[in-house]
Amino acid sequence: MESKGKDHAQLSDIFNKDEPRVDWHDETLWFVRQKRDKAVKAIPEWEQLRETASQIKNNVLSNLDGYLIQFEEEAKKNGAIIHWAADAKEHNEIVYSILAKHSVTKIVKSKSMLTEECHLNPYLKEKGINVVDTDLGERIVQLADETPSHIVLPCIHWKKEEIGELFHHHLGTPKGNADPQFLTNAARLHLRQKFLTRKIAITGVNFAVAETGEFVVCTNEGNADMGAHLADVHIACMGIEKIIPHRKHLGIFLRLLARSATGQPITTYSSHFRSPRKNQELHIVLVDNGRSVQLGRKDFRNSLKCIRCAACFNTCPVYRRSGGHSYHTAIAGPIGSILAPNLDMKQYADLPFASTLCGSCSNVCPVKIDIHDQLYKWRQVLVKEGHVGIAKKAGINGMAFMLNHPGLLKVVGKTGRWAMRNIPFVVNNKMNPWYKQRDLPEAPTQSFNEWYVKNKSKKNEQ
Amino acid sequence: MSSRETILAAVQLARPDHIQLPELKKYEQGFDDLQQQFAKVLETIGGKVYEVNSEEEIFTVVNEKFKGEKRIVSTLSSVPDGIEIIRNGTEPHTLEDIDLAIINAHFGVAENGAVWTTEDITIERVLPFICQHLAVVIRRKDIVATMQDAYDIIGNNDYGFGAFIAGPSKTADIEQSLVLGAHGPKTMTVFILN
Amino acid sequence: MKVGLFIPCYVNEFYPNVAIATMELLEKYGADVDYPIGQSCCGQPMANSGFESASQGCNELLTKNFSSFDYIVCPSGSCTLHIKDHLHSEKNEADAKSIRSKIYELTEFLTDVLKVEKLDAKFPHKVGMHQSCHGQRGLKLSQMSELVASPFSKPLQLLQMVEGIELIELKRTDECCGFGGTFCVAEEAVSVKMGKDRVKDHENNGAEFITGVDMSCLMHLEGILKRKKSNIKVKHIAEILNS
Repeated sequence: MESKGKDHAQLSDIFNKDEPRVDWHDETLWFVRQKRDKAVKAIPEWEQLRETASQIKNNVLSNLDGYLIQFEEEAKKNGAIIHWAADAKEHNEIVYSILAKHSVTKIVKSKSMLTEECHLNPYLKEKGINVVDTDLGERIVQLADETPSHIVLPCIHWKKEEIGELFHHHLGTPKGNADPQFLTNAARLHLRQKFLTRKIAITGVNFAVAETGEFVVCTNEGNADMGAHLADVHIACMGIEKIIPHRKHLGIFLRLLARSATGQPITTYSSHFRSPRKNQELHIVLVDNGRSVQLGRKDFRNSLKCIRCAACFNTCPVYRRSGGHSYHTAIAGPIGSILAPNLDMKQYADLPFASTLCGSCSNVCPVKIDIHDQLYKWRQVLVKEGHVGIAKKAGINGMAFMLNHPGLLKVVGKTGRWAMRNIPFVVNNKMNPWYKQRDLPEAPTQSFNEWYVKNKSKKNEQ
Repeated sequence: MSSRETILAAVQLARPDHIQLPELKKYEQGFDDLQQQFAKVLETIGGKVYEVNSEEEIFTVVNEKFKGEKRIVSTLSSVPDGIEIIRNGTEPHTLEDIDLAIINAHFGVAENGAVWTTEDITIERVLPFICQHLAVVIRRKDIVATMQDAYDIIGNNDYGFGAFIAGPSKTADIEQSLVLGAHGPKTMTVFILN
Repeated sequence: MKVGLFIPCYVNEFYPNVAIATMELLEKYGADVDYPIGQSCCGQPMANSGFESASQGCNELLTKNFSSFDYIVCPSGSCTLHIKDHLHSEKNEADAKSIRSKIYELTEFLTDVLKVEKLDAKFPHKVGMHQSCHGQRGLKLSQMSELVASPFSKPLQLLQMVEGIELIELKRTDECCGFGGTFCVAEEAVSVKMGKDRVKDHENNGAEFITGVDMSCLMHLEGILKRKKSNIKVKHIAEILNS
């Protein structure tokens, strides 16, 4: 992928070369944010629901091991087969072993950000397995040999004309036809044939209920259901943080999820899978992959409350203007920026800096994750752990030295507005990124400090 | 140690001290009429609602609105001629060419236009998903205000599979243009039986 | 009422008139203002870059300079928030703690402490209000568009008392301008794009001036306006309230 080795700033720079496209991307996602606003403002108790959901998740995190054991026990009673995967590698191996046991080489998969996180697709491809992603957006990026740029709207960065071209190439639709209705129908026919012929279906999990051992999958397209109800084997992959204590808690989370995500009152389908169909096998893979580590990080454990609604993506002014791929990780956006460093600090050291800390993300979060505060805290951790460039460090230390010593500040201030040369955002030369597209303020004849000294002495004389 | 033990041990070590579950409060919705609210929401999400007084009336509407459809099936107990009854043990793949499926649902939810179905009444899990058009029958008295009320009714009922269905299947994955009929039904009609 | 004036480092250097207007305003509405000479920065530029430890000198200085006041007032939402959230002292944590609770951003000090209900100010222009994030979402100077809650705005409440002012409506009422401290250079492309989009919103709605509670955001917007040779000017809210 083109993102190899580049950081968020560099990738955003590339994304911003085409300004009309940035405008289009921004407006499209802002439209989703507006739909969200409209939906939530129709619910007077919205803020209380968020608080309740947040508290339920607090309880979950404080008793996660207990709930996992309970979930396993109940799910087993229901006839499901439970697997535990410590990391992405083990998760992929478990999935593959189930396919191998059934001698299946072609499968369908509905949206699961966990399998993206674990890079299941490339792993299975290498093993000779044909995986068809069945969510329309995911299918589009899959045909284009890309990854989703958004966890709810995977191909939000694609224009319909480009999708028309892609479908012409892969599905044989007429050249030049870019009508969303037509293209969706073409995908419907193409994928229906896959649903009918695949023996194994993989789905993700939105919520897993400890009390009953059931899990809920939410889609609008119906692809999870088409896959799971027509397959002999259903494999559901979930992160261990997806557990909620009781079934009745779904009444809170399902009120929050779709409204936050797309402004819908609920997704078209909220499917509760409790036991396998007659003669069907149901596997549930419980995956840690760094979650227990994040749970132990007091400042960051709340990120595990995330229900993957992507409201923080849609509201984020940086995400809207940099695109999902600039985050070079499976889960982009503000939440991705606090999750990714947990998996690999070095590789994702840039992400907590890809934010102005404006705080809009925390305000839309339906489970009240303090996203922007965690971004700030990750910055401190990353610097302490030595993952921020030496050059940047030297600059900061120089600046700190000056700002910590106002005597010096005054002296250099007099000789030509010290800050002009030393505050990193205003260094006055053409190499400085500030100056590329912005002018500098005019330097005044005297600083406030100087004015005050004169003025105050006058005042004292009176 | 197995991964199960490893994960559970790591979680136990990492988790914070016990935090209590919150009490779930109920919130008055102030809907004038649950049926009207249900119908209004369902129509905004692409569904269609008919108020009927008898099962016969349902089939009159079906005859009229779904005239040219070839394979019409139902899980209702009594149906007129020409409508096929789906029975337990049907191979799900044989449902592939269904044009219209008429099923019962337990209840509807006014705040979001969803109906609650379980596999004992849909007979085959895939039925409400695989058909080209879906029709659902609920009773007027069986409409609740919110999802919280919905789970009060569901309680600890046993089911192997259950689903809230709210409108026709849809996608907006192509440039946020809403298209009805992604993989599942292209239309959803709800009959509210008085 | 003894008020210590805390002037952000870049305001001191580039925008002395904002500091003067702040001081005059406070005095006009009844505060006894002192400006401790030898003050520096709130430490945010370092801390937001992940170098909280490098801001310790700033913290100690601030604690030393301001512990004796009844209130500390600062014409910046961002610096105020940083001090409220992150000021700690190794030498005198009790003083640091007390400063954290008695520091106010200028407009909230005017509305909440001085309880200003009438202003002697005139500014007959079309003005767009830029809601700076730290003031709004951090200090809660105004209601936030994301929440389901009643609207209010302390800065707008004050601006509405200014004679002749015409406050314009924006399409996006509280979107970030993209300044973000070192973000503005570290993420130049996105920062500028965000700034350009904010400017366009004000332009489209006929603003002659863009105002706000944070000169840093306004400096960034001013840089973009000047580069495109726009007639729109930026003005810190203190200057309008003191005009």
